[in-house]
Amino acid sequence: MSDTTQIEEPLVKIRGLTFRRGSRAIFDGIDIDIQRGKVTAIMGPSGTGKTTLLKLIGGQLRPDAGTIHVDGQDIHALNTRELYKLRMRMGMLFQSGALLTDISVFENVAYPIREHTDLPESMIRKLLLLKLEAVGLRGARDLMPSELSGGMARRVALARAMVLDPMMIMYDEPFTGQDPISMGVLVKLIRKLNDASRLSSIIVSHDVQETAQIADQIYVISNGRVIESGSPERIMNSELEWTDQFVHGHADGPVPFHYPAADLDEDLLSGSRMESSC
Amino acid sequence: MLEQLARLGRVGITFLKHLGRANLLLFNILSGVGEVLRRPRLLIAQIYSVGVLSVLIISVSGTFVGMVLGLQGYYILSQFGAEQTLGVMVSASLVRELGPVVAALLFAGRAGSALTAEIGLMKATEQLSGLEMMAVNPIRRVLTPRFFAGFISMPLLAALFGALGVLGGYFVGVGLLGVDDGAYWSQMQSKIDLNKDIYNGVIKSLVFGVVCSWIALFQGYDAVPTSEGVSRSTTRTVVHSSLAVLGLDFVLTALMFGE
Ligand SMILES: Nc1ncnc2c1ncn2[C@@H]1O[C@H](COP(=O)(O)OP(=O)(O)O)[C@@H](O)[C@H]1O
Ligand SMILES: [Mg+2]
Repeated sequence: MSDTTQIEEPLVKIRGLTFRRGSRAIFDGIDIDIQRGKVTAIMGPSGTGKTTLLKLIGGQLRPDAGTIHVDGQDIHALNTRELYKLRMRMGMLFQSGALLTDISVFENVAYPIREHTDLPESMIRKLLLLKLEAVGLRGARDLMPSELSGGMARRVALARAMVLDPMMIMYDEPFTGQDPISMGVLVKLIRKLNDASRLSSIIVSHDVQETAQIADQIYVISNGRVIESGSPERIMNSELEWTDQFVHGHADGPVPFHYPAADLDEDLLSGSRMESSC
Repeated sequence: MLEQLARLGRVGITFLKHLGRANLLLFNILSGVGEVLRRPRLLIAQIYSVGVLSVLIISVSGTFVGMVLGLQGYYILSQFGAEQTLGVMVSASLVRELGPVVAALLFAGRAGSALTAEIGLMKATEQLSGLEMMAVNPIRRVLTPRFFAGFISMPLLAALFGALGVLGGYFVGVGLLGVDDGAYWSQMQSKIDLNKDIYNGVIKSLVFGVVCSWIALFQGYDAVPTSEGVSRSTTRTVVHSSLAVLGLDFVLTALMFGE
């Protein structure tokens, strides 16, 4: 009774989500809640469908079954106009940054503003300098995307994702391929932006340490199902064998190191038999 | 036997699926025409990179093709004492056939392959998905202006090709081989028909412009988003465009000049 504010409707509510590629089920009936104002991490090994999940939330892919509600709206029941309107309030940071290669950093970040608002040029400039300052790249505004390092490109993409003041930002593998310094910068930046702008953040990642550092809530997915969810402490000290192996990177465990193959001895022998028969 | 039949069926189904996707894409591209009209800058930038940047190769090829026509035409026509009609021969071949067709083949190689590679790379580097997530329709924003740029540039490039070819033929025939200056132009003027020759040539190059741009954009948009996939799509663009241009040229010629 007293804590009605606590049972606030989650920003993203995924129910019974099923998605197939060919005959393979990438997701097989998963339920996920993304709470408002929190950093939620979704973790799993490569190829489990983390990017696919973000594309489903963004309405770029359609599920085979189940629903995704974003801010109370069923995203796959919207028409194109409504979907685009909702997307203006969702920022997404792609793994590669996805900057437009033929325009400068400044124009890249300005792109959504020019596209969706009629702000005068002087306002755009001020707004942009503030956003670029927030990611520490005000001085790089005239560079072309090809002149940026990987970490810088990702920060530019972050500025662009934030420029329309969205309600949420989705990060696709933000830490992969970063040097330790950019990694540290990004980790702090994501947390800071989330808390300063009252955002909700979704991080999909397989970088366990960094993600656990900033997440409020973690979902671990594998083979199309949510294996475990909870606070970072709970996940890091998980009793589940699978989670334990994933989080601590053991070579042995429920996830085999070897790709399924015939017995080694047999393989070696059959090779020599083939040679001698030639 | 049954297996071969099944394989044939599979090829057929794959082909029809491609055709369906290509048609759907064309429909989506065309539905963006309002956006192009509202932002003419996008179109102008693309006319520059698709059309203007092809001017050099088109000019050089046109000139040389005209010069060769002048040379070959002179040798044949002079056997019948008809070398004074060289102007007609050169201009008719250029306006009716070589202008539209060779310009389209060069266009496919120069601009079409570049379009496919550009779109394919934008797909591979998630730029198209990125636009979509910024609530911008990538087909209308990226593909539509390129399509219309090809459509507009093609006839202009073919005209340039033809004009320079006529000059090249003039240079060889009149300048080097001694055909009469006045005869070269006056024969051309009296025998080349506006409707039959010029308009039909323009119609051909408009058709080729649509087909080449459509194939290039579809191959880029449908490319497997890896470097290998993009390079394969780029090759396919050149092959498919060339075959389509040559095949369509026969059909169009039969329709236009039949009877
Ligand atoms: N366009 C596509 N067509 C077919 N299969 C795809 C496509 N995109 C991704 N996949 C497959 O879907 C699975 C999940 O991909 P993805 O979401 O990119 O995984 P993650 O981001 O977790 O590494 C992978 O096995 C991948 O091979
Ligand atoms: Mg991924």
